[in-house]
Amino acid sequence: MLAAEVSNEVQGALELTSGFFLENLWLAALIPAIGFALILFFGKKMPNGGSEFGLASMAASLVVTSGAAWQWLARVDSGKEKGEEAFGLLQTFGRSVPRAAEGGEVKPYIEPVITEWVWWQNSGLEFGIGSFADGLSVLLLWLVAFISLLVQIFSLDYVRGDRRYTQFFAALTLFSSGMLVMVMAGNMVQLILGWEIMGLCSFMLIGHWWEDKYNSHSALKAFFTVRVGDIGLLVGTAVIYFASADWIAENLPGQSGFDITAIQAWALSGDSSASGAAIIVGASALFIACIGKSGQFPLHTWLPDAMAGPTPVSSLLHSSTMVVAGVFLVSRIYPVFWEAFNIANGGLSFIAVIGAITIVAAALLAFVQDDIKKVLAYSTVSQLGYMMLGLGTGAWLPAVFHVFTHAFFKCCLFLCAGSISHSGSHHSFDMKKDMGGLRKHMPVTFGAWIVSSLALTGMIPFAGFWSKDEIVDNVGNNGYTFLMWVGLFGALLTAMYMTRATYLTFFGEPRGAAAGIHHDDDHGFATEFHETILHAEDIDRELVTAGAPAKSLSAAAAHSEDHHDDDGHDDHHGDHGDHGPHESGKLITVPIVILAFLALTSGFANPTPLVHPFGVAGESVERIKTYVEPRAVPVDIEVVGGVSHADDHGDDHGDDHSEEALAPASVDQLSLVGNGVLAADAEGEDGKKEGCGFTTPAEGSVCFFPAVSHAVPTYGKIALALIIVLVGYALAGAFCVAYYGRKDERLVGLTERNAVARGGYLFLKNKYYLDILYERFIVRFVAHPLSKAAYWVNQNVLDGTVNKVGETSKNTGTWIYNNIDQKVVDGAVNGSGTVASETGHGLQSTQSGKVNQYGALIFGAAAVGAIVLVILNVN
Amino acid sequence: MTAFSLLAQSVSDGNVNVAQNIGFGLIAAVMIFAALCVVTTKNVVHAALWLVIVLGGVAAQYILAAAEFVAVSQVMVYIGAVMVLFLFGIMLTRAQIGAEDGLNNTGWQIGIPVAVVLFGLLAFVVLDAFGDDTLAEAPLTGDNNEATVDIADRVLFQYLAPFFGMTFVLLAAAIGAIVLARKD
Amino acid sequence: MLAANFLLLAAVLFCIGVFGVIARRNAVMVLMSIELVLNSVNLNLIAFALMNDDVDGQVFALFVIGIAAAEVGVGLAMVLLIYRNRRSISLDELSELKG
Repeated sequence: MLAAEVSNEVQGALELTSGFFLENLWLAALIPAIGFALILFFGKKMPNGGSEFGLASMAASLVVTSGAAWQWLARVDSGKEKGEEAFGLLQTFGRSVPRAAEGGEVKPYIEPVITEWVWWQNSGLEFGIGSFADGLSVLLLWLVAFISLLVQIFSLDYVRGDRRYTQFFAALTLFSSGMLVMVMAGNMVQLILGWEIMGLCSFMLIGHWWEDKYNSHSALKAFFTVRVGDIGLLVGTAVIYFASADWIAENLPGQSGFDITAIQAWALSGDSSASGAAIIVGASALFIACIGKSGQFPLHTWLPDAMAGPTPVSSLLHSSTMVVAGVFLVSRIYPVFWEAFNIANGGLSFIAVIGAITIVAAALLAFVQDDIKKVLAYSTVSQLGYMMLGLGTGAWLPAVFHVFTHAFFKCCLFLCAGSISHSGSHHSFDMKKDMGGLRKHMPVTFGAWIVSSLALTGMIPFAGFWSKDEIVDNVGNNGYTFLMWVGLFGALLTAMYMTRATYLTFFGEPRGAAAGIHHDDDHGFATEFHETILHAEDIDRELVTAGAPAKSLSAAAAHSEDHHDDDGHDDHHGDHGDHGPHESGKLITVPIVILAFLALTSGFANPTPLVHPFGVAGESVERIKTYVEPRAVPVDIEVVGGVSHADDHGDDHGDDHSEEALAPASVDQLSLVGNGVLAADAEGEDGKKEGCGFTTPAEGSVCFFPAVSHAVPTYGKIALALIIVLVGYALAGAFCVAYYGRKDERLVGLTERNAVARGGYLFLKNKYYLDILYERFIVRFVAHPLSKAAYWVNQNVLDGTVNKVGETSKNTGTWIYNNIDQKVVDGAVNGSGTVASETGHGLQSTQSGKVNQYGALIFGAAAVGAIVLVILNVN
Repeated sequence: MTAFSLLAQSVSDGNVNVAQNIGFGLIAAVMIFAALCVVTTKNVVHAALWLVIVLGGVAAQYILAAAEFVAVSQVMVYIGAVMVLFLFGIMLTRAQIGAEDGLNNTGWQIGIPVAVVLFGLLAFVVLDAFGDDTLAEAPLTGDNNEATVDIADRVLFQYLAPFFGMTFVLLAAAIGAIVLARKD
Repeated sequence: MLAANFLLLAAVLFCIGVFGVIARRNAVMVLMSIELVLNSVNLNLIAFALMNDDVDGQVFALFVIGIAAAEVGVGLAMVLLIYRNRRSISLDELSELKG
């Protein structure tokens, strides 16, 4: 172990630097929110349809977050300095010397910069809104602002001429604002606010082309699936709040169980484990929310369908930022999960299991997709599985690091897919029908795609290698050997499906649109619609060349049927056939190139293998570890605004401490006291782990982060990972050449000849039948009868009080007959449908449309309800 | 007899102003009768006129309850403006001036149980909660304009924001009514 | 004087108004019944103002009067529009909400 010995010395207050951007980080979210309002109200009148507001606000947000990131680095550095000073001071006064200082680096806990206002109050409980700046939030804020800006630039060209251009930018900007609000949340209420804004924007953007039934269905599916999980968020927040209420009221007065820091402190205080099952229930509920939002198995089904939205949306929301909200939530209140699932002692956690299943399940699905975006979507699901696996096994740092690198290369891959469909495949996403051989036509896109694919598959020295292999390595290091092998198997699958996608898209013979063949009617819904958009665009161009104003012919894009009658259609055919596949314009390629560059380099933000075993750099290159990972140091509770109940702990600290620390712990007032400090790796002399998260912090002190351990990479492990990736390339490459290229007879038609192969293929092609399970069975047999029954009770009971007692009993009879007799006995699938229509007919007469009758119902119901209340109150 | 029972009650209770009680009872009886006529008469114009009596009775009750300003507002707004609107509405929709059949719905009888149950409930709740509360002795004469000054103070200071809000509602309603009703 | 007197009178007016809303077919009559309901509420407010010796209740009554005036204006305009479109203001013929 490189790590220094652990110290359980309690850290006192340190005077850390701060800065304008850190203290006013809320600006980063407010500016896009204002941008959204401006687009909404003035967007249509602006020459560029409001996109300028979106771009400007995202640029401003990027400036704020960049400034904050820079100031955070300075703050951490100042923490180190002050910590060393404090340490020196202690030695001078001859007090106990923390062992950590012997050789180890001084790593004090860096307090987050919190700026908060009271948002609303309710019976003495205050809900704050503001910003919470620590390493994690600053990292993600910068990431979101940066990627949002690039995606908006990309969209300028990509959605040009769309009929809802302004609305598109409005929703995109609001989304960014929501994500920023969530990431900078200092309490759970604000986090939920941002979380819900994102859900709404996701719905709006997936259904951007809602005229197509498939798209609106996908939007609804995404919304409802995520909503299933969101119930968990509310329940979990409430459970944690009530479970922690007593401890927080006693130790951290002025804070509540909604405050992130209070939750963290409570979870590691020892009180949480004493609270019994509450923390397990709370953490499980919260993780269910993460399953929904981050597309984990088995609620991942919405994410591939979400690709119905425009490509920039897929790129921003459904790969790089929004879907990591679940990962963010877990990493934000990590101590809760740490305690609840007993990660400290190598407990096999719910999170890790779900993550591992997701990795393999999604990667297998990525094989049978023909739609390039769906391949990437399943790849996203699989990569999110890696992050969850990491978090579930104590590998916090690599998981967060993977969020960071994954955002760049996955965003880049999606933008490449967008670029291909925009310019190369005539707005089709079908790899088998409309792509192939595009590398000659689109060199820039091809290059970026290759770089990002290498990053995704984890080839050295691209970004994914440093983060994903780190996760796998740490999983093994923390004692989860089987899960490590699952991770490695996932890496093999990743290499294989990406090779297949690359081959189908860029190599081989051009097919369909990529070969310049224009076909109208033989691809799917989404394609159909993209084409209509394209037609409108091309007509726009013609208008421009003819000297007419470039007015959007959005009406032409509304219905493809209408459009086929359009006179301009035939001209356009010939026109398009001539130019064929070509490279996209600057607005599209520049963001792609920037992202590809980052896909290549972002891994060097934390290249652990460079330190060991390569030994070419010092520990200082592990920047994410230094600046983002919270330090697992016990902090004097008075420093963070708490009340200490220990009588004797004052002996450990300087006299000046008790005077100073009683003052409210604002950044400026913190004085230099206490001592400190240790490295994060915690292992005592007897080999048993101690420190935050393993042992209860000393009386009068709190921890905010568990002492996670870090694996030390070895040549063997690195070689193993790389060999697996190379094997993946080779296997998939050989398969593709044989199957798609040479049409090898042993492979082609295998699914028809071999029952096992066919079964497997169908199983995957039908996405494990999960959709069918959800829609045909769960929704129909649970939700429909439930809602029908609820509706029936509602209407018939009310109605019965007025004039329909007789009919009610008849309906009851019908209902029972249909349900008990028909459905249960016969097990008829259609039974519930019949019930629905029967009850519907039975109820139809109450929906008379007569205002008076409605009035009678309302007043009658109010009277009955009031009588019930009176009776309840009187007795 | 309402008046007599109230009289008897007031004799036994020295605090209660006899004249006020008698006045209240008489006006209340008239109002209830007029209100019943509003909802039962077969003539739309008559209904409007009965409504005038109810509204006037309400204004009189306001005076009994020492709310002169509200009473005056009631007379001006309701009896002055709203009633004129109603009469215009009746005329413009060419209702029959005379008696008219079918002013009621087919299922109008439902209203009776609903109203009776509602009244029973309200009466129970009112008597349960406020059965014993007496009203402050209302000064009926004299130069008592303090309440009016007080209202002005409240409306223009404490309730300024709602007041503005209401003015906008009125403006919007006026514009909305014009937009809805104009022929184009 | 007993507070319950006012409150009971208001309750009677309210119930009569509710009956009118339910029973009447003519839209103008329904609007008149709604006026009865609103007035009963105002009576309550005035009675409570007197009971608590606080002028707030009167202020609220004034607000209600103002809103009621707006409501009648818009309501009658709508009735007029309906009449113009359908040559009838019978509410039971307006059953577009029928399910």
